[in-house]
Amino acid sequence: MDRSLLLRLLDHAGKALILLVFLFPFLWMISTSLQTFEETMSFPPVWVPSSLQWGNFAEAMTAGPFLTYARNSIVITTAILILQFAVMIPAAYAFAKYTFAGSGLMFGLVLLAFMIPSQITFIPVYMTMADWGWVDTLLPQIVPFMSNAFGIFLLRQYFRQIPQEIIESARLDNAGEFKIITRLMVPMSMPALATIALFSFVSHWNDYFWPLVMTDATHVRPLTLGIAKLRETEGISNWNIIMAGNVILVLPILIVYLFCSKQIVKAFVYSGIK
Amino acid sequence: MRSTELWMRIRPYVMIAPAMTGIVLFVLYPVAYLGYLSFHKYNLLNPSKSRFVGWENYIRIFTREDFYRSVLNTAVYTLGVVVLTLVLALLAALWLRGSSRWNAFVRAGIFTPHIVSIVSIALVWMWLMEPNLGLLNFMLKAVGLPPSPWLQSSATAMASVILVSVWHNVGYYTLIIFAALQSVPPSLYEAAALDQASRSRVFFRITLPMISPQLFFILIVMTIGSFKVFDTVQIMTGGGPNGATETLVYYIYSYRTTNIGFASATGVVLMAIIGGLTLLYFRFLSRKVHYQ
Repeated sequence: MDRSLLLRLLDHAGKALILLVFLFPFLWMISTSLQTFEETMSFPPVWVPSSLQWGNFAEAMTAGPFLTYARNSIVITTAILILQFAVMIPAAYAFAKYTFAGSGLMFGLVLLAFMIPSQITFIPVYMTMADWGWVDTLLPQIVPFMSNAFGIFLLRQYFRQIPQEIIESARLDNAGEFKIITRLMVPMSMPALATIALFSFVSHWNDYFWPLVMTDATHVRPLTLGIAKLRETEGISNWNIIMAGNVILVLPILIVYLFCSKQIVKAFVYSGIK
Repeated sequence: MRSTELWMRIRPYVMIAPAMTGIVLFVLYPVAYLGYLSFHKYNLLNPSKSRFVGWENYIRIFTREDFYRSVLNTAVYTLGVVVLTLVLALLAALWLRGSSRWNAFVRAGIFTPHIVSIVSIALVWMWLMEPNLGLLNFMLKAVGLPPSPWLQSSATAMASVILVSVWHNVGYYTLIIFAALQSVPPSLYEAAALDQASRSRVFFRITLPMISPQLFFILIVMTIGSFKVFDTVQIMTGGGPNGATETLVYYIYSYRTTNIGFASATGVVLMAIIGGLTLLYFRFLSRKVHYQ
């Protein structure tokens, strides 16, 4: 009896330790972001700041065109979401509900696109963008993501599960295809749409590589690049300011995660299993 | 009447047109263009001065020592990340497979790093790994171990980058393996319990075969994902010290403006490596995978 109690205690302690390993760096980031420069330089480290240095956040925000970075991040992620949905919904509907010559081949191309990483295509895409005169605008960070292959795939599966009878009866009531999509298919596939939206938001808000290779000018760059640059402008030692900027970058994602953790987990697991 | 019939026939094509345009313009055409560029000495300032050079870029790649170093670095990184992540995720998923709230909470906790930008992750870990003031060295000293130079030395930099990548991703794969474990029919375990099979026997004869499709999938996704590593390296080490963490994509990135043809040829080589590895996996492992 005693032994099983001990085992259960060990089990809980071990899990608590795992949790600590994965969450502590975030707590440390927050603690550092509220410390004075002297506190960050002291060894042994200061665990809890003696007084909360909210000024670090102001300093991080004035170290670069922070509002511009934040605005760019918001504009880019929002525009990508809108564009992707406008492109994905009709395509997924056509793939799910129509039979047409070449549909298999076209869908194969969608899946192929899903597998080719952007780390391979970035040079030619950049050159196309340069040809179009799009370099140093927000467009090269938005338009190349118009076709969300994973989204088209997931939504097509979802649309296929919606019974044909529902669509046929809507057609008998003289509903056009546009109406069927907007009034029937979209409302009925909200869970799938939310999954795709969250997945897309998280990956584009966090993206570093694509904006880095597609832009040179500061005024079109997103928060990820702004925060990474903070390290260069702040030198290598102002860790409290760097961590303050970092908190600003992480916070929106963590808040979204706090409210939609179930959906986000589902979105990521879904993308991994199918 | 005829015009509606015509419209019915072209309608699906109109509906998929924007999506296909995006895929052709930003994925398929770029791949072809990449191949084209790889055979040219491209002049960025004056494209008309660009000229066809045949296999010259490829020959140059395979005669350069730093190319082999970046391939080796990428392979070491991939092997380290794949093996560590797979083993740890499997252990974590088995340990946290119970449906209690506490288990669900710990699972959500270890998944959290995965949705945070690699920029943030890299910065936090650079601060933790700071050689003189960083928390990790403080803890090492506290338990009587010698401090490590972490990212500052070519001997430990790659291991440090691998550590951060594993920490960043292990929660995601834990969730996928956990979901796979949930889908194993309970009747199999009940039958094994009736036969009084040992725990290790149950694991190797039931659990492992039943989740092998997902493990196989993870292996492919992680290998491909690791071969494209760039962000972590770019932020944490800049490929250094002394090229110790320079990976293939970092290599391509560093030549992207100075020598487009050469960078493109390296991109083609990377694509061939990724394609080849995927084929190898399918050839040698897919037979071992048990599908329900």
